Amino acid sequence: MAAITEQVEAPADLRPEVVGRNPWALAARRLWRNRLAMAALILFVLIVVACLAAPFYAYHVAHVNPLAPNLNGTTVINGKVVPVMQQGGGTLKLGETPIGPTWDPAHYALGADDLGRDVATLILYGGRSSLLIGIGSAVLCCVGATVIALIAGFFGGITDSILSRIMDIIWAFPVFLLLFSISTELLTHSQGFQFGPVHVSASSLWLPTIIIAFIYLPYVYRPVRGQVLSVVRKEFVEAAIASGASNLRLVFSEILPNVVSTVIVLLPLMIATTILTEVALSFLSIGVQPPNVSWGTIISDGEDLLYTRPWVSIAPGIMIVLTVLALNVLGDGVRDALDPRSKLRVGAAW
Amino acid sequence: MLTFIVRRLLWTVLVMFVITVLTFLIFFKTPGVDPARALAGRSPSPQTLAEIRASFGLNRPLPIQYLLMMKQLFVTRSLVSYSNQGLLVVPEIAAAAPATLSLVFGAAVLWVVLAIAMGVAAALLRGTLFDPVLMILALIGISAPVVWVGTLANYFSQGTLHNTFLFSWVPPLGYTPFLQSPSLWFKGLIIPWITLSILYIGFYARVLRANLLEVQNEDFVRTARAKGLREPRVVVRHTLRNSMITFVSLFGLDFGALVAGGALITEVVFGIHGVGFLTYEAFQSLDLPTIMAVVVFGAFFIVLFNALVDIAYAWLDPRVRPT
Repeated sequence: MAAITEQVEAPADLRPEVVGRNPWALAARRLWRNRLAMAALILFVLIVVACLAAPFYAYHVAHVNPLAPNLNGTTVINGKVVPVMQQGGGTLKLGETPIGPTWDPAHYALGADDLGRDVATLILYGGRSSLLIGIGSAVLCCVGATVIALIAGFFGGITDSILSRIMDIIWAFPVFLLLFSISTELLTHSQGFQFGPVHVSASSLWLPTIIIAFIYLPYVYRPVRGQVLSVVRKEFVEAAIASGASNLRLVFSEILPNVVSTVIVLLPLMIATTILTEVALSFLSIGVQPPNVSWGTIISDGEDLLYTRPWVSIAPGIMIVLTVLALNVLGDGVRDALDPRSKLRVGAAW
Repeated sequence: MLTFIVRRLLWTVLVMFVITVLTFLIFFKTPGVDPARALAGRSPSPQTLAEIRASFGLNRPLPIQYLLMMKQLFVTRSLVSYSNQGLLVVPEIAAAAPATLSLVFGAAVLWVVLAIAMGVAAALLRGTLFDPVLMILALIGISAPVVWVGTLANYFSQGTLHNTFLFSWVPPLGYTPFLQSPSLWFKGLIIPWITLSILYIGFYARVLRANLLEVQNEDFVRTARAKGLREPRVVVRHTLRNSMITFVSLFGLDFGALVAGGALITEVVFGIHGVGFLTYEAFQSLDLPTIMAVVVFGAFFIVLFNALVDIAYAWLDPRVRPT
């Protein structure tokens, strides 16, 4: 009998210790194990790094002055010196066509555009603008919408009504038209603006960033406000109030941490959306203005050359698809990691 | 239910009013935008400018100008464009509307059918290889910007492959009214339809699949399976209906937004002179009456469809009877 009782309890040092893990650490580990999401993250980081390295590519690999027109320049293909803008074909030899892709990084890898600029370099520089605007406006939008949603959800009542109605109006204003209105308005001021001590030039990248962030405020506001409202009703908030917590402490210590996961899930998806919006705006010439380039402006520049030099329009599109695809897959992965049973779950097939 | 509908519609009217006022203020209040100068042509003399101001009512106080414009837009429909002399704005929009409606309607039919097919197929084939493949296709659809897909489509159909049997039937870019030539109308719209719907098919297939999978865990589905029904029947007859609520409400919102001018990029890329194209031209030339008219047109559709979707949602899902 004694032998049996002795076998029941394992020695203390062999018993596994129960370690409590922080939910964020658990979520991070789930994300880390999601191989597809990690691949997407690596792809996105690669694209960002490549675009950041644009000056390096321009000066050390392609040996071009990135944004300057190069109508009379020459380059070397297969050992022969060739002008960048070639005489048009046909009997009349009218017009000029830029050279096509040479697939040689040192010499106009993807060909030239109608101003003789190296398309491959342009795409990297364009990526900087598009990514800057995309990420910047998504972050601004998420932060702004969270602040407004916290105020609306926390104070409730008439504050909530007014803020929600304002958001409804912004959302009901046809998005593109609102974008157009604001962009065109701001762009007619070619001298730029004065906001007190700050002078913003009309071709600054801040303008599209702020406009796009503003447009999507209601889109992020709605789910975040829903989350704030549901958290405010929970018992631990009531307990915190009962123990005398100030409003500030309630918001930052009790409500915000429970709302942040919703925002984190939305962030990659918002970046994808804002990048696509910026491309559309720049294509219509109301987004990024010359002398800056973005993926949208390159596509628009390539329209005239579409049937002779299609790569000018096609290449930026490929970059956009890759970036947005990576962001969407990453967004799915983040959502699965943070809330595997979430109702927001869309299409996780892996 | 009735009070809800009435309140929703009243709110709609209020929102429309606010939107028109905002548009008006944005354009008329900005310094540097002077319609009289735009109307007067080259190097106008001060007298010409003064005459134009008087005849167009530009020297009246802003609220009066606003009411005048609203009256011209809605009541007398005699609103005249600033950049095209004598062009009546309202009939122009009325003439452009069929192009946009054809484009959006056709694309909507295409995307609803294909999205339901893809979503149901992915849910049914869950666990096999088809599910991830379909969802990857859907993801690519969401990730490709419409402007690029349209440009690519143009490149193939009008450019390199135009002479092959694949695309030789494609007419030149542009819209042919249905009454003029149904076959040209159709042939000219197929590629724009496909381009426009790719994005939405991807999005809606994913939404539908997620909803279907969520509903599949409900008790009534377990009952249906326990009764011995085959899986396709369970999915289509029982789960699909319950999953369509989100689908329908999102569809209403997107359709409204597209008609309101969201199809702008597609129209510009394919040269279809619809309302979106008009909008684009109006913003290029800063033609304020046309801008006001298209904004009103657009806002009306968006707000109308928002209201319809809210009402439909409340009707379809009795649990969501409103405040």
